[in-house]
Amino acid sequence: MLNYIKLIALGLITLFAMIAASYARDLAYQVHAIIIMAVSAGLFLWTLRNTDEPVPAAVLETSYMDGVIRYGVIATAFWGVVGFLAGTFIAFQLAFPVLNFEWAQGYMNFGRLRPLHTSAVIFAFGGNALIATSFYVVQRTSAARLWGGNLGWFVFWGYNLFIVLAATGYLLGGTQSKEYAEPEWYVDLWLTIVWLAYLAVFLGTIIKRKEPHIYVANWFFLSFIVTVAMLHVFNNLSIPVSIFGSKSVQVFAGVQDAMVQWWYGHNAVGFFLTAGFLGMMYYFVPKQAERPVFSYKLSIIHFWALIFLYIWAGPHHLHYTALPDWASTLGMVFSIVLWMPSWGGMINGLMTLSGAWDKLRTDPVIRMMVISLGFYGMSTFEGPMMSIRAVNSLSHYTDWTIGHVHSGALGWNGMITFGALYFLVPKLWNRQRLYSLSMVSWHFWLATIGIILYAASMWVTGIMEGLMWREVDANGFLVNSFADTVSAKFPMYVVRALGGVMYAAGGLIMCYNLWMTVKRSPAKEAAVSSTAVPAE
Amino acid sequence: MSKKDDDLDYETTGHEWDGIKEYNKPLPRWWLWTFYATIVWGVLYTIAYPAWPGIKEATPGILGFSTRAQVAEEIAAFEEANADINAQLASVELTEIAQDAELNQYAQNAGAAVFRTWCAQCHGSGAAGAKGYPNLLDDAWLWGGDIEAIHTTIAHGIRNEEDPDARWSQMPAFGEILAEDEINQVVNYVMSLSGEPQDASQVAAGETVFLDNCAACHMDDGTGDRWQGAPNLTDAIWLYGGDFETLKETVTYSRFGVMPPWTDRLSEAEIRAVATYVHGLGGGEATVE
Repeated sequence: MLNYIKLIALGLITLFAMIAASYARDLAYQVHAIIIMAVSAGLFLWTLRNTDEPVPAAVLETSYMDGVIRYGVIATAFWGVVGFLAGTFIAFQLAFPVLNFEWAQGYMNFGRLRPLHTSAVIFAFGGNALIATSFYVVQRTSAARLWGGNLGWFVFWGYNLFIVLAATGYLLGGTQSKEYAEPEWYVDLWLTIVWLAYLAVFLGTIIKRKEPHIYVANWFFLSFIVTVAMLHVFNNLSIPVSIFGSKSVQVFAGVQDAMVQWWYGHNAVGFFLTAGFLGMMYYFVPKQAERPVFSYKLSIIHFWALIFLYIWAGPHHLHYTALPDWASTLGMVFSIVLWMPSWGGMINGLMTLSGAWDKLRTDPVIRMMVISLGFYGMSTFEGPMMSIRAVNSLSHYTDWTIGHVHSGALGWNGMITFGALYFLVPKLWNRQRLYSLSMVSWHFWLATIGIILYAASMWVTGIMEGLMWREVDANGFLVNSFADTVSAKFPMYVVRALGGVMYAAGGLIMCYNLWMTVKRSPAKEAAVSSTAVPAE
Repeated sequence: MSKKDDDLDYETTGHEWDGIKEYNKPLPRWWLWTFYATIVWGVLYTIAYPAWPGIKEATPGILGFSTRAQVAEEIAAFEEANADINAQLASVELTEIAQDAELNQYAQNAGAAVFRTWCAQCHGSGAAGAKGYPNLLDDAWLWGGDIEAIHTTIAHGIRNEEDPDARWSQMPAFGEILAEDEINQVVNYVMSLSGEPQDASQVAAGETVFLDNCAACHMDDGTGDRWQGAPNLTDAIWLYGGDFETLKETVTYSRFGVMPPWTDRLSEAEIRAVATYVHGLGGGEATVE
């Protein structure tokens, strides 16, 4: 019966997508309509072929659902490399503008590729990593199979369809021009559906858990899923100009729009890139170190402090703008009070290793996790510092901000994800160990040196251009033109791009290593039962 | 493993998930006290600065701080300091600016800053121009290179819709007037005025075309006319390019370079300052009475 409802729905979607493709008012919308038509038509045929077929023997419902996690791991590694390469390319475009090729104008110039890069690393790489690891962690720590049957698969494929629609949209000019929220209205609606399904799967699994308590990683994952749903919906409130076009008009205007945008933007950092990845950290660090978590008390205090404070910190993106001073003050104060709650996660992670520090010498995966916590600590100190109005008046609009974001994203999010992938692949494909630990070491050093080149060069150019912009002579006249600052930054742009090359090279080595782990590494002798059993 | 490591005996919470246990160690003291300190600082800061929103307005803070006031103060301080010399700059005869050493020094500095902010986008930060944007370092001037002419060009701009006093002229698109072979001929003639033509055999025919169609503005000898902004064609200086293809494009389709007026964006003192700066770049001409 369910299949018939599915067939009707898919048929209607295919039909509407056909109509939309022919009435489309812009190219991005048209291409998207064709993509949606192809996907729904394909699903229609697939469902049709399975309808009224004999049902295969019931899947063992007690085992963990790991297939979708394997796909998630592959997608994470794939999108990671795509995002790193795109980022490296646009870094070279900034240093050498000739790389904005004349033949690719309007598709491959910096303005089109930049959101492709940011979305690829944050949403495609980070998002797939979060979905895969949260599915893995919630099952293990709840001793329960994922709730909702195939809904987990819907979340994975639906989310990746969102990414394809977002990425193709940027290249073809479909963007609502809100940073980190560029996809247009119908892509936003689709993500909302997928995200609610994600929430249902995650929450359903927690509700049916067999453990008496909810593990701290799951608090963080749940706060991330709930808050991102709220942020996404409010920041994307808009009215489409036409049902057959990608353009839409924002509901908020002027400074209200800016404030909602940065409330969203900052909490995308706070909940997507901090809370979600702390969830990852709270599982993989104690597992890899084989040590108990340092302090339950610290977990509770820093969790609640973090999620209460983070949500108010957004206005620090709008110092010295049309935003009223009171809002700007509150944004700054909450950002600074947030410093210690952020560090609580770092302390809990690092102190978990006490008694196991010797593993740093022998286990490059632990080393990766430790350096990610180090970068986490550094960028969560740098962030509050940059939110101080006086500091921000120098740092805002400069490359310092870009350096700050990348020490967080490459250092914290990237490294903890690499650690999680190195942990997960042997487990998920039932291998004894990784193919090569020395390749992990290579990855570690390439990535670390790459980040240092990136962050250091951006500190230098950021502070330099901030000082050049504000430099006035004794009579109050500006000393430098904007073009002077751009040409002064050139050497540091090259250094930054080289850092990107190293980081991307590390990512490629990781992919090869993981691939060979699956292909070559010996299988575990006696397959460990993946039946869900409570730990006690 | 060090001897002091007694962690393994430390009491855990008793919970266990997938093999993960938790200690319940106390919060690090330094962490807790720093956290408290930031909270206390936060409360004090929000008393000192505008912070808490009310029904009608937010608390203003006891220091009376405002970002707008801060910026306005900085600007006002410089404006006050420069008030006298700005008034002098805005009122003297333009030709007198260069005579007064102090005034000239000030105008050069101020003009350089104005230029970097408003002019460098088109004319380049070194004022060397680009295709379609005149080089301001040389002595070739379309509309005149003495201080008055430069001042007028900056104040009112060129071929813009905003300012009725903008300098205005328009070369016809000769693609609609002349046959293609006539255009080829005249382009060869124009090239011959300052260098080598592409096809020497067409130069003579081109001269006839030139005298009939172009000489009214560019003069019989091709030296141009500044009253109409008609470029000198004999000096081997080209705004859009002096090769055959570019010149043919210019003659066929014409050009329409636009410069905005600056009277409504810059003060008179600023316009005079940047005129002085441009005049002093190397090609400035003396005013002929």
